[in-house]
Amino acid sequence: MALPVWLSDFWSIYSTLVFTVGVHAMLALSIWLTLSCGLLSLANAAFMGIGAYTAALLTVQLGWSFPAVLLAGGLAPALVALLIGVPVLRLSGVYLAMATLAFGEVVRITVLNLEITGGPEGLNGIPLATEGWHIVVLLGATVYGLHRLRRSKVGRAFEAIKEDEVAARLMGINVDRYKLLAFVLGSLIAGVAGALNAHFTFFISPREYGFENAVDILTMAVLGGTSGLVGPMLGGTILTLLPELLRFLQDFRALVNGAVLVLVVLFLPKGIWEPRRVHAWWQRTTRRTGGVK
Amino acid sequence: MLEQQLLNALTLGSVYALFALGFTLVFGVLAVINLSHGALFMVGSYAALAMVTQLQAPLWLAMLGAMLVCGTLGLLIDLLILKPLRLRNAPHLIPMIATIGVSIMLTTTAQGLFGAEAMRFPEGTLPAGEFIVGDVHVRALEIAIVLISFVLMAVMFTILKRTQLGRALRAISESPKAAWLLGIPVERLFHATSFVAASLGGVAGVLIALDFNAITPGMGQPMLHKGIAVIILGGMGDIRGALIGGLFLGFAEVISKAYLSSQMGDAVAFGLLFLILLVRPAGLFGRQLERKA
Repeated sequence: MALPVWLSDFWSIYSTLVFTVGVHAMLALSIWLTLSCGLLSLANAAFMGIGAYTAALLTVQLGWSFPAVLLAGGLAPALVALLIGVPVLRLSGVYLAMATLAFGEVVRITVLNLEITGGPEGLNGIPLATEGWHIVVLLGATVYGLHRLRRSKVGRAFEAIKEDEVAARLMGINVDRYKLLAFVLGSLIAGVAGALNAHFTFFISPREYGFENAVDILTMAVLGGTSGLVGPMLGGTILTLLPELLRFLQDFRALVNGAVLVLVVLFLPKGIWEPRRVHAWWQRTTRRTGGVK
Repeated sequence: MLEQQLLNALTLGSVYALFALGFTLVFGVLAVINLSHGALFMVGSYAALAMVTQLQAPLWLAMLGAMLVCGTLGLLIDLLILKPLRLRNAPHLIPMIATIGVSIMLTTTAQGLFGAEAMRFPEGTLPAGEFIVGDVHVRALEIAIVLISFVLMAVMFTILKRTQLGRALRAISESPKAAWLLGIPVERLFHATSFVAASLGGVAGVLIALDFNAITPGMGQPMLHKGIAVIILGGMGDIRGALIGGLFLGFAEVISKAYLSSQMGDAVAFGLLFLILLVRPAGLFGRQLERKA
């Protein structure tokens, strides 16, 4: 199939960017999942890192096939999350945020000091294995899975826990088990995203999985809005494309990320994508333009 | 060489304690985890440097200037961001997320203005005296750092424990609403706390900058993580805990750097923090917070 010239030009320049949008959307969904259960976890960047390193090492050292690598990239952080989840999830609120932050730092420093991970230089020469449709399929599967989850008993339990943990417990919801489920599923999604990411960037290093990256992931979800699945994906897309559009700001580029975070928290507490407001806005515009009767 | 290490640990630990004091004060009084405290610390050191190099100010004046700059910034953060969020009754993690945005903005601005390279105080501006006790080299600078830290902490202790103002602040930390009903000017004390806490962070920045004689835009982030470790060690909102936790972290870090490896020193701090969170979520000296049903 011959693509038009402009399209193949566009693709050769921007394919990495498009891939990154997909990966960031998955990461934003991974933190959305834990947030939907009322947990603020700052460990998702670390889980992404565990997934990325596991997958990259399996590809480079053992030559596993790509599907197996993706699976392992998701399962490895899920296993870690299962192990640390039991003690960590007894904490709540800011204490949980701090503990997951500390966990992330321990992971980063460990990766920085291990031989097999290449230390501070990171892993180089990871073969290109991720293709566009991989990301589309996995992102689609994530969205579909989360959509089904929301409408299920599990999703409702998450929501009940988020609104009022004590009340949820009194209603007979096994709070601890559901929290653990949200935490582990979130880490699984982040790990797969990390594995995908490692196989089109050729190179990973501990620097990509630190506190700043955890914050970036959180920012995506908060910016887009956490009331639904569209919000986090929108937030991920905006925060990936924004730096590209703001190249002229050079050194001050990241300033916008910070400002966006502050402004959204102050003026759009529910994020950009708030179904009710978007709906109202849509009705207003259609009415004004005569719209469909 | 143990004595030399102990001296290093005391110097480092007292600055950690000073930094954590401001951090824990904001948490205790405003119930906000101010994640821009590390950035304020960084701003403090740049402010002092700018005053020494641009205005030829003596060091003590530059230190006061840095306190003023950081205090004003802290006040602005409270007035422009935290206060609107308080009035809106935002969930308690929201202000924390907003301060992450502030931190990104401050760090990027510093990097844009001063560059990413480490900057130093010009030669001759630092006190150069050194004397030898036994076989320990004691720099006058280190004595000054320890003295300044302890004097400032003693002042804060006295204010909080012995004065009417301190009683009012402690009342607010128990319950802002009850304090308000008792006629305590809660809002004004929130502003004052923000100012004082930020200026303490700024001083800590100047002291660390003097000790290592290197200032970078990224220096606030690791310090913030250590501050988190300290206040969790000592119990969040606990002033005495900040002092003990700060010194403890200073010692743990210096000793593990000297006898393990230089990189793992940081991992030890976070591993320790992680463990303490699991065993005693309210910190070594903190009170267990009651669960609100």
